Amino acid sequence: METIKQKENINEIRNRLLNQQRKLQRRKILSNRSLLIGALILLAMVLIAVLAPFIAPYSPSDMNVPNRLMPPSAQHLLGTDEFGRDLLTRVMYGARVSMFVGLAVSILSSVFGLIIGLYASYFKTLDHILMRISDGLIAIPGILLAIALMAALGGSIWNVVIALTVVFTPSIARVVRSSAVVIREQAYIEAVYMQGAGHFRILWGNIAPNVLSPLLIQATFIFASAILSEAALSFLGAGIPAPEPSWGNILQASKLVINKAWWVAVFPGVMLILSVLSLNLLGDGLRDYFDPHISARNK
Amino acid sequence: MNDPILQVIDLQKRFPVYGPWGRLRKPKYFINAVDHVFFNLFEGETYGLVGESGSGKTTTGRTILGLNNSDGGQVIYQGVDLMSLEPREFKQYRRDMQLVFQDPYSSLNPRKRVGALLEEPLIIHKIGNQKERQEKVFETLDIVGLQPEHYFRFPHEFSGGQRQRIGLARALIINPNIVVCDEPVSALDVSIQAQILNLLMKLQKELKLTMIFITHDISVVRHISNRIGVMYLGNIVEEALTDDLFLKPLHPYTKALFSAVPDFLKDPNQKSRKILKGEIPSNAMQITGCPFHHRCPQATDFCVAEKPVMREIEPQHFVACHYV
Repeated sequence: METIKQKENINEIRNRLLNQQRKLQRRKILSNRSLLIGALILLAMVLIAVLAPFIAPYSPSDMNVPNRLMPPSAQHLLGTDEFGRDLLTRVMYGARVSMFVGLAVSILSSVFGLIIGLYASYFKTLDHILMRISDGLIAIPGILLAIALMAALGGSIWNVVIALTVVFTPSIARVVRSSAVVIREQAYIEAVYMQGAGHFRILWGNIAPNVLSPLLIQATFIFASAILSEAALSFLGAGIPAPEPSWGNILQASKLVINKAWWVAVFPGVMLILSVLSLNLLGDGLRDYFDPHISARNK
Repeated sequence: MNDPILQVIDLQKRFPVYGPWGRLRKPKYFINAVDHVFFNLFEGETYGLVGESGSGKTTTGRTILGLNNSDGGQVIYQGVDLMSLEPREFKQYRRDMQLVFQDPYSSLNPRKRVGALLEEPLIIHKIGNQKERQEKVFETLDIVGLQPEHYFRFPHEFSGGQRQRIGLARALIINPNIVVCDEPVSALDVSIQAQILNLLMKLQKELKLTMIFITHDISVVRHISNRIGVMYLGNIVEEALTDDLFLKPLHPYTKALFSAVPDFLKDPNQKSRKILKGEIPSNAMQITGCPFHHRCPQATDFCVAEKPVMREIEPQHFVACHYV
């Protein structure tokens, strides 16, 4: 039969096509400057965070009181803080906290937001219940809600993650729901319904893949917001408790010595700006990448 | 004649229109999209449903397939009234009835490769194992005239005609008995229309399909159908074999509809055309009497007062008009 003969080279055809599609994708990524720059800076941040124990010159808790508040020098590249601890080391370890909190919060709130948003878009009664709850959560300023939750939970890195997940999940659920509501009305969803698909297959097999790109874009912005919020919480004393370094509590400590030692405030601040900037660039780049209209124009 | 495979008896569908309070208050009025439709579908035939926009032909097709619930009437398939079934019970009948969508652009999931798209109905109905399913997909691609390499492509890589072939393959892959084609060619340009229509006719012969073909295009319906039902304002006003209907249209609406198709060979100056006056009336109000009395050149008081029933004027030629 003819189909059997065709099947012999079907793998060949498949590989050729996949290669072609991959090549196109690579070109699309390389021509997207903000995506590339954002990803590179973020990658550097993540590397610093992961490798901190190996590349940091000192231990983050090593105190050297005679050398307190030393300006940047060959020995202490970024200077020392008010207890004589090496600032470079502390900033590197701070990146660990920030990257972990950002990643954990964006993943957790994406997962919960996706589940809530999808089911809300599909079932009317559930929609009213879930969306009124999330409206309620959105109505409270995020940082206040996080402070209240931290006050109840106590200061630790996991509690920061939990508190910020509660704060950011509603906004992801909103984004997912609003795209899912549009997609649910498309003819191709009707087509799988007509074929007899159940709710689970329609929701997860057909609607979910179509909301992933707005979700991913939103998740990168949540990543940035989570880093900022963690820093703010730690700055206010409601986040990571003091001896453990985080950009937020380094900044808080710098507040008292800012007239004598500018470097204690500037370097964690710069890191904070860089990481948030890189994530925003990445998010913008992803938006362009997923938007068919923009990519058509660039060609 | 043998028994019909599908019987549509007094099918009704109305859509509620809500006032400024939305769903908090009762609907202001209803749009009677399908208003007492009767027809039979016999095995192996193509039944054409024609009518102008808003005549309810698409709604009729969608209601038969259970894509919206009916507001009365029955659709009998294999001795079961489909309209009385719960969605869960309907599932086993979905395997026998498939729909080909009008718009080939919005009816294919953009995030799925063609292979996954075509395999999905097989998975839903638990047909075969993975290998058998893949084989079936390749076989169906071949049947509708696509290449095996198309298996790995995304829908946006295809032209409109190719997409409609994919839509056709998706409907045919689970071997349905009845295929409802909802204007399958109206979104395509004329040369592609002919390709798809010929493919449809070929497949119908080979796979012994029964089709309901919904269209507003008179020449298309003439080309493809064995029997035609003419719809006006949610009612079938005339039903006959295709040749009989074109040879001798009896209902005044059918005559006007056919005369609206320009034929420059017979009548270069277009003088003999009967142009209907006025617009199709809103089907929001309850229409008394003949649905066509507003625009009918022969209408009398009797037409306004009493609704005509379908009468068999000639063998297999039914007309709903008092004056035929």
